[in-house]
Amino acid sequence: MTVARFWRKIPQRYNLIGTKCETCGRHFFPPRTFCPDCRRNGKIVDHKFSGFGTVVTHTTIQTAPDQFASAGPYVLAIIKLDEGPQMTTQIIVDPKDVKIGMRVKSTFRRIATDGESGIIHYGTKFVPVE
Amino acid sequence: MRDVAVIGIGCTTFGEKWSSSFRDLFVEAGALALDDAQLSGEKIDAMYVGNMSAGRFVEQEHIGALIADYAGMATRHIPATRVEAACASGGLAFRQAVIAVASGHEDIVVAAGVEKMTDVEPGVSTDALTGAADREWEGFVGATFPGLYAMIAQDYMHRYGMTREQLAQVAVKNHYNGARNPIAQFPQEITLETVLRSTMVADPLRLFDCSPITDGAAAVIVAPYERAREFTDTPIRVLATAQASDTIALHDRRDISTLDATIAASERAFKMAKLTHKDIDMVEVHDCFSIAEICAIEDLGFCKKGTAGKFTADGETALGGKIPVNTSGGLKACGHPVGATGIKQVYEIVTQLRGDAGRRQVDNAKVGMTHNVGGTGATVAVHILGRD
Repeated sequence: MTVARFWRKIPQRYNLIGTKCETCGRHFFPPRTFCPDCRRNGKIVDHKFSGFGTVVTHTTIQTAPDQFASAGPYVLAIIKLDEGPQMTTQIIVDPKDVKIGMRVKSTFRRIATDGESGIIHYGTKFVPVE
Repeated sequence: MRDVAVIGIGCTTFGEKWSSSFRDLFVEAGALALDDAQLSGEKIDAMYVGNMSAGRFVEQEHIGALIADYAGMATRHIPATRVEAACASGGLAFRQAVIAVASGHEDIVVAAGVEKMTDVEPGVSTDALTGAADREWEGFVGATFPGLYAMIAQDYMHRYGMTREQLAQVAVKNHYNGARNPIAQFPQEITLETVLRSTMVADPLRLFDCSPITDGAAAVIVAPYERAREFTDTPIRVLATAQASDTIALHDRRDISTLDATIAASERAFKMAKLTHKDIDMVEVHDCFSIAEICAIEDLGFCKKGTAGKFTADGETALGGKIPVNTSGGLKACGHPVGATGIKQVYEIVTQLRGDAGRRQVDNAKVGMTHNVGGTGATVAVHILGRD
């Protein structure tokens, strides 16, 4: 991923800033600039998510793509954020401890490394709520 | 709209075809289809070719023109169009060809599919395939295709209690069928133990739950039904063509382990054909992973949601069962050259309907169905074909 492509989504990736439609109240993460329900009547504004959510489903990736290889096997999951939308993310947890329905919260982490000389991608992962 | 028939079919063998180039593959499949229809190339009015990612796999774009050129059509300047919808590219290419003929705009049209996947390192092909999902919000955080389908499997097993053994039976059955298909990449029977002991890829999916990386091409020729007997004694009628879309990302779906696009496309297809699932004699479904076949046979209506594991373990989807599924060996055993898969499914159903399927023949096959999925279900193409 080039610097510009990564840079333009830094607020969203680092701080879990998505969007919200002020017409219908629906939240979006990943962010959308067009409300699929209200269409042209929608009014989209930025929204900072609380970072709390619940595990909908999960897996443990044993054979990782090159840019994630240094992470070893990692837990991938779909999280339902408390505000409603679902997102795909990694959970920092021992794979044998991850459960559907588990409560999690967001944290800022390194996501991937773009080769030896490329940029390092940071973003949001999740950890279990104690 | 005019009725449309398939008048010729051709398919390369599937596998790691190191001695064949991208263009060798589609020329071979196209020539086989023309031979089958006893048709000379001068009669072809247009071509549609399904291809997912020649840009990533062989650094070649502009596939429509390339194919027309190497198929000897460049001097006739026929329209040649590439169609892309990830792993559903072939199904959509077939649909475009059918629509072109049905509309009356063209008469004799080739629908082809091709993918050359082994000219890059495995890491590159895996990454290219990830482009079928949401790169910014799935691929970016570490989702792989096996990972996404593993999350479908995890959700499904949690909700419906399907056992690991029932899931493995999908691969065992598809390898049994593949062992009876001369074009299959893996024509070997396997046991349940083989699946259960294979390397873990993404929990709960193991290596033998996953379709392979494959080179291959397939081509079929469609024509107005009223002209079909000029070319063949066994025209196969296209009874329905349907397509549906859904959210690009798995996390945005209404239900993680239901493919709503499969439900939508199959409902449209059954309505168009004026048939129900009871009229279907065999179906080629998109088993890119074992769990995908489980979801497909439910979402197409062949069994109730949550019961496909038992249905499969009971042998209802095997040859001789209630509804034989993936008689070709499916993506798992026959192979999955992504852009070619949708056309290969049509090739298999036409082979069955003609009674030419040899040791995997379904008795008295009259109506067959194909189900081709792009990504985790963001595009689905469903076709129903029948013999008179």
